[in-house]
Amino acid sequence: MNALSLGLVTGVFFGILLQQGRVLRFEKQVGAMLLEDMTIVKFMLSAIIVGALGINLLASLGVVSLKVKATHVGANLIGGALFGAGWAIVGYCPGTSVGALGEGRWHALWAVLGMLAGAAVYAEMYPLFKTTILTWGAYGKLTLPALFGVSPWLVLPVFIVVLLLFFVLFEKLEI
Amino acid sequence: MVKSWRPYLAGALVGVLATLSVLVSTQVLGKPKYLGASTTFVRVAGMVEKSFSPRHVAENSYFQAKKVKIDWQLMFVVGILLGALVSSLAERGFKLESVPPLWKERFGGSVATRAVGAFFGGALAMFGARLAGGCPSGHGLSGLMQLSVSGFLAMAGFFGAGVLVAKLVYRSGKGGRP
Repeated sequence: MNALSLGLVTGVFFGILLQQGRVLRFEKQVGAMLLEDMTIVKFMLSAIIVGALGINLLASLGVVSLKVKATHVGANLIGGALFGAGWAIVGYCPGTSVGALGEGRWHALWAVLGMLAGAAVYAEMYPLFKTTILTWGAYGKLTLPALFGVSPWLVLPVFIVVLLLFFVLFEKLEI
Repeated sequence: MVKSWRPYLAGALVGVLATLSVLVSTQVLGKPKYLGASTTFVRVAGMVEKSFSPRHVAENSYFQAKKVKIDWQLMFVVGILLGALVSSLAERGFKLESVPPLWKERFGGSVATRAVGAFFGGALAMFGARLAGGCPSGHGLSGLMQLSVSGFLAMAGFFGAGVLVAKLVYRSGKGGRP
């Protein structure tokens, strides 16, 4: 199996799970940002808990390597905030916009077209950001365990307990 | 009482899928493939621009860095569409929707209004995702699974601004619910 067919198969499974998780709906995405319906947050945090255990286990056994995105404090926060502002309006993130199309929510087509335009504009402005925002707080590939100088197996239990407490809170508030 | 186990179950299975993806891609391709989606939009935008001006794309340093080609992630994104289609057809949940109900409640049922909102919202979101270096899949899922600092920072930005702007857009002015 080559990279392209493996990507397609992985994507099909991800698409099925996004659809079954009910996260391809505009109402669920915006509902999370309105703090009224935490479906997508429960979905994401559940994935993170299981994936964090699986990937860190495989990495600790030396079977796989991590692929950490470099930390650029300025760009991560500013870009993240711009994403959040746009996300609230469009009601989809890149992966779910495409999934929503598959579920028949064809208004996501405008979202996909807008995202392509946004990517094109960013490509033009990249040289400017490369020497400015992207240099602010650039620490390279950094993980929390590396930052604290401890084993990931010390950070993971704390992280997972915090995420589980979020679940308890959401269910208590019935959101 | 738990409202619904559905998002927890489907989410946990995504965690299994993410782990298997890293394992299988390491074995088969010799390098790990972590879930992510937003770089694909750069590559497709590059492909579209290439058909108009190949020289411009070849000279752009961002397109040079991200390589405009069909790769694992682009097929992964195509797969998302197919998977959602098959899954919704199988449970008879596939339904054509031209304007989301919540949007309609706030801005009316005009397809054009939704198109403009979604286009500019989408453009801003993708611009931000590229500056941040990833989207809720790459930074949110894959980043936090690896406990990466960039993932935590980006997620704070995503949800911090998202909560603020959603409140402004859907809960203020005439027609908004209290």
